[in-house]
Amino acid sequence: MMTADAFWQIVAIVLIAASLSVPFGRYLAHVFMGERTFLDPLLDPVDRLLYGIIGPAQTSRPMDWKDYAVHMLLTNVLMGVLIYVILMFQGHLPLNPLHFAGVNPELAFNTAASFITNTNWQNYGGESTLSLFSQTAAITFPMFTSAATGLVVAVAFFRSLAAADGGRNLGNFYRDFVRALTRVFLLPCLILTPVLVWQGSPETFTGQAIAHLVQGGLQHIPMGPVASLEVIKHLGTNGGGFFNANSAHPFENPTIITNVLEMLLMMLTPMSLVVAFGRMVRNPRLARVIYGVMAIMLMAALFIAVSAEQGGTPVLAGAGVAIVHGGGQPGGNMVGKEVRFGNTQSAMFDTVSTAFTTGTVNSMLDSYTPVGGMVSLVLMMLNCVFGGKGVGLINFLIYGIFAVFIAGLMVGRTPEFLGKKIEKREILLASLALLVHPLIILVPAAWSLMAPYGVSALGNTSMHGLTEVIYAFTSTAANNGSAFAGLSGNTPWYNIALGVVMLIGRYVSIIFMLALGGSLAAKPAVSETVGTLRTDTLLFGTFWLATILLVGALTFLPALVLGPIAEYFAMHAHLVS
Amino acid sequence: MWNHVKSAIAMLVFFTIVTGLAYPALVAGLAQAFFPQQANGSLILRGGKPVGSRLIGQPFSNPKYFWGRLSATAPYPYNAANSSGSNLGPTNPALFAEVEGRIKALREADPGNSAPVPVDLATSSGSGLDPDISPAAAYYQAPRVARARHLSLARVRRLISGHITGRQFGVLGEPRVNVLELNLALDAVH
Repeated sequence: MMTADAFWQIVAIVLIAASLSVPFGRYLAHVFMGERTFLDPLLDPVDRLLYGIIGPAQTSRPMDWKDYAVHMLLTNVLMGVLIYVILMFQGHLPLNPLHFAGVNPELAFNTAASFITNTNWQNYGGESTLSLFSQTAAITFPMFTSAATGLVVAVAFFRSLAAADGGRNLGNFYRDFVRALTRVFLLPCLILTPVLVWQGSPETFTGQAIAHLVQGGLQHIPMGPVASLEVIKHLGTNGGGFFNANSAHPFENPTIITNVLEMLLMMLTPMSLVVAFGRMVRNPRLARVIYGVMAIMLMAALFIAVSAEQGGTPVLAGAGVAIVHGGGQPGGNMVGKEVRFGNTQSAMFDTVSTAFTTGTVNSMLDSYTPVGGMVSLVLMMLNCVFGGKGVGLINFLIYGIFAVFIAGLMVGRTPEFLGKKIEKREILLASLALLVHPLIILVPAAWSLMAPYGVSALGNTSMHGLTEVIYAFTSTAANNGSAFAGLSGNTPWYNIALGVVMLIGRYVSIIFMLALGGSLAAKPAVSETVGTLRTDTLLFGTFWLATILLVGALTFLPALVLGPIAEYFAMHAHLVS
Repeated sequence: MWNHVKSAIAMLVFFTIVTGLAYPALVAGLAQAFFPQQANGSLILRGGKPVGSRLIGQPFSNPKYFWGRLSATAPYPYNAANSSGSNLGPTNPALFAEVEGRIKALREADPGNSAPVPVDLATSSGSGLDPDISPAAAYYQAPRVARARHLSLARVRRLISGHITGRQFGVLGEPRVNVLELNLALDAVH
């Protein structure tokens, strides 16, 4: 069990995030429904300038789901090429004070795929691999644009659910993209970066400082424009660190204030999007049910993870280590954790990071207790507890389509969702959208475990080694980016396999989702009768949750039993392997 | 199709410049003007030379200094140019070897002390550069440091209590002691 103060820390953070999400969700709805906001006088001229640069022909026409998808893909491919080129040739580009050579092609591919898909999986250590130009132009830049991509796709999907014109006009990709950047992502970054610097995050274009240490010897301390990367890293649910140790590094996350701020930033857009969804489809009751179910899953995950880490590992206790919290003792499992965060704020941070598909960590998941690490793994397997910008909510809605279908079969009613009949085509697309995820996790993970080049990269053996591999593919498939970092992923196999998984996990899923939205939009609305199975009730919310857990368990339980669950029992039997 | 590509390129070039270059440059300018100390790595000077960063841990192994967390950075501990945790799993024998080695070193340096070792002092941190230890880990080392420096235990304990940073707002995070600042204060005693 966890301490009382941990309980209250969790409740407080979730409540603060929730109370921010209501006004911000309304603001998002205003921005994407083309309604007036208080920033218009300031930003309208900027938008008009940009529409001019992009070209009036492209920015003024309505797009259906196919058109929208094509422009999204085109922009993302070009973005990937740009990142790839910058990384390969960073040795010849400016702002390279530590004289790093170009990145090798497989790693450049993996990194480009990782950052355009909003995954931010990193097979490199930032401070020992990337020039400052790469850190800003190839890392900070896609943190903005991949976040904007995710957000506008979600918006287009919501519009297709509310469409009255058969889905011919889901908005204009370029306009949405520009508005997402100018009105959602850029302004908070400008305001909050100085706060991070004030707390101790460096922001400089000097490459390093050299310290003459107290006990003798030198320490080379790399730094750079860290704070500016940090804010969008969390606000855009990106997660890629400036440094190898990510938000465990004292320069990325120097204090408890930054730790809380980074958590709130991760939670802001995904939670707000549920509110915005309610307004955009004109069904706030349904949004409240979804929000409630997601919040219950999030709280449960936080309670379990924090309890597990505070509990510590029994073998350490036997070796003469104090593992009980209190009286100045941090207690619990402090392996891979920082003293300033302790077990509570560490486990909270990593759990929030995997629920909201950010992937940033302030403590090393590979050294978590089996249950603490499994919470993060399960959140990414379900991939619908708020999730990133829209992805989690869309997955949740797809589970909802299954839930109405199953419930409809049980009680003998025609399944309907948001006023549209659910028929063969929708169930087919929903199944495909959901099946991609386990497919690209389990197949390449099994392959890696059977191949010598897959197993040789493991940092731990036995059950824990299995979890490392499953975790890597789950994290990349869910476009999360957190890692059981003992796995040495910078090998040709993992660079390419994980890169391909990220691309499929992002774009194939998006295309199925947009197609599903297009299919629903093209259907005539059916009017609600007494025979309609209502989806915006507590009863259906419960059924919805059960469907998610059931589908998740059927898909992933065997992998979990072989990995973290077996390790849990081994640990408590004091087995060391 | 070429029109499509041209539009996408125009938009991306604009945002590369704005988000990838102008934004970091602008906030770097602000940071350097308003928070130059933090913006340049929170360095601590002694005799005009940087002796380290307040935020970056450094190695201490001499009995007369307080020791920090274990560091798993490669190829040597507290390598700030390669931050990293050990990534050892909870059932990995290497983890127990590491913990037992540390306990042995602590007890050899302070043979009379048989108290349980605070967990943060026996384990490696997430970044490998953790600048802090828990108050318990500092008090645990107080007798050794006092003996090595011929100071009274009470004096050393007072020094520790003066260097404890409490929980934020009394509730968030954990109390901690910055190892470098505490050791510099020790060196300044006499």
